[in-house]
Amino acid sequence: MTELHTLAVENLTLGYADRTVIDGLDLVLPAGKITAIVGANACGKSTLLRSMSRLLPPRAGQVLLDGKQVHRMPAKELARTLGLLPQSPIAPEGITVADLVGRGRNPHQRMFSRWTAADDEAVAAALDATDTAVLADRSVDELSGGQRQRVWIAMALAQQTDLLLLDEPTTFLDVSHQVEVLDLLTDLNHSRGTTIVMVLHDLNLAARYADHLIALADGGVHAVGTPHEVLTEATVQAVFGLTSRVLEDPTSGRPMMLPIGRHNVAVPAALRAGSVGAGSVGAGS
Amino acid sequence: MTLTRPVTQADAPRPTTVEIVARDRVRRTARRRAVITVLALVIGLGYIVSLVAGQTFYTPAEVFGVIMGQDVPGASFTVGRLRLPRASLAVLAGLCFGMGGVTFQAMLRNPLASPDIIGISSGASAAAAFAIVTLSISGTAVSVVAIVAGLGVAMLVYALSFKSGVVGTRLILIGIGIAAMLDSVTAYVLSRAAMWDLQEATRWLTGSLNGTSWPQVVPVLIALTVLAPVLLGQSRNLSMGQLGDDTASALGVRVERSRVILIIAAVGLIAFATAAAGPIAFVAFLSGPIAARIVGPGVSLLVPAALVGAVLVLVGDFLGQYAFGTRLPVGVITGVLGAPYLIYLIIRTNRAGGSL
Repeated sequence: MTELHTLAVENLTLGYADRTVIDGLDLVLPAGKITAIVGANACGKSTLLRSMSRLLPPRAGQVLLDGKQVHRMPAKELARTLGLLPQSPIAPEGITVADLVGRGRNPHQRMFSRWTAADDEAVAAALDATDTAVLADRSVDELSGGQRQRVWIAMALAQQTDLLLLDEPTTFLDVSHQVEVLDLLTDLNHSRGTTIVMVLHDLNLAARYADHLIALADGGVHAVGTPHEVLTEATVQAVFGLTSRVLEDPTSGRPMMLPIGRHNVAVPAALRAGSVGAGSVGAGS
Repeated sequence: MTLTRPVTQADAPRPTTVEIVARDRVRRTARRRAVITVLALVIGLGYIVSLVAGQTFYTPAEVFGVIMGQDVPGASFTVGRLRLPRASLAVLAGLCFGMGGVTFQAMLRNPLASPDIIGISSGASAAAAFAIVTLSISGTAVSVVAIVAGLGVAMLVYALSFKSGVVGTRLILIGIGIAAMLDSVTAYVLSRAAMWDLQEATRWLTGSLNGTSWPQVVPVLIALTVLAPVLLGQSRNLSMGQLGDDTASALGVRVERSRVILIIAAVGLIAFATAAAGPIAFVAFLSGPIAARIVGPGVSLLVPAALVGAVLVLVGDFLGQYAFGTRLPVGVITGVLGAPYLIYLIIRTNRAGGSL
């Protein structure tokens, strides 16, 4: 069963060339929970995720996994505890699903070691968990976007890490596949206690699925806490510069956000009069 | 609702997922193993044929006698001093070019990123030609100069194309430019060469096995013995790298370190082979894609590509010697094979970003 690991960042500063993206960030990611990181484009969500998984060295500060600096840990040791699914991973041409998922076993293998039965079992379990076993001998090139994303998640599962970081796992997916992927990650969190940290664009899905929300803005944390604490009209205004209404989601009781732009924001009189559904909508002023 | 159902395949016990996974893996590795076996047999056969056949035929028994150190009239010279070192270098240089080439192609995820396209072979051969013609040095010293130059060019191309990480296409374009400059250096050096050096020096333009002797063969053998295991040790990291740097790092690969080891070992192989046989045109470039086509996706191409390289050089040299009225250097034969493929690749890459 999964061990609980704490991932935290202390006074973390990150950047590329002469641009600072994250400035003096402090953060603790709750173990065994689903955390979603939200924020405007280019606010450093992906950068933060990459640094937490050792891909980007910090300019200052540190990333700590159970109190140890991840940037000093041996690569494979870290990769047995913490997995990352980048935003647009590359599948080699013609690779089969089983082969790709098998690549997730790398941190468990030595330089010249042979493939073991345990490796096969881990791959099979990952395929079963993501419902992709029927695709095992298909080429990844032939799959639909939703199938492909499940296969990538299967690869991350085969890695058998207690922490899984995902950079926008739902991009390029239609709404039903987005929900499917998030359900799958939630199952994983519930059944194995895997700590999930993901960058998400869709605030409503983030609020629906995450136990813990982090809103980033201006190189730091703007708000952090439960969806109720974070997803407020004030936060949306501050983080995205967007006027909105936040209501209670009738299905989950969690907050949901309706954006208010410049057009189509006034309710037509006919609808306001309560005549919806009576077939008289066309009769409005 | 049917009450009596015919027995169909669906009634056979459905394989468990573990079985499906194991079967897919076994299928892939079995094909690779079969290809390696067949290629090794082809090389063995080609090697024997190039010892036995030629202007004069010698029986396998005579050839065997020569190899065992017996004094066989005629055969001792022709086979022992001419054919044996030549065929051996053909195999060894082919292995080096094939393995070194596919390492670059796989690492940069682009078949155009082969060392003979991006200037590494050109660097080694310009340096070797300069060393022989202008500095009048020979033997191992030439190999050393070629290797240093090859590594130097590799580092130069890498440094010039480095801009927050290396992107394959940029590296290839810069490499092609550097290669053109270095080729003109070679041409200039050769134009200044004395008549008696020219025969020897043309080796540095297309690659040739003419007049191969043992002192040329030994350094290549040593390089292969030392560097091939280094590359094979990195084989898994190389395949992981094809998922992209981020994914590979997340799966525990130390990408930069692995890349440095791969580059040094691959350049070493290419440079040693180039120092001995010249830049045999397009062998490094062709071997990987041919191997990929035969073994299929998802397996390490290092060994299959090395073997394909050996087949190309061995067969190319044999054809060059005997198939046409006049004797052609092996580089001409492989060049004729490689050029159309290069054009095809460029067209295909233009249409959709090709990868290996």
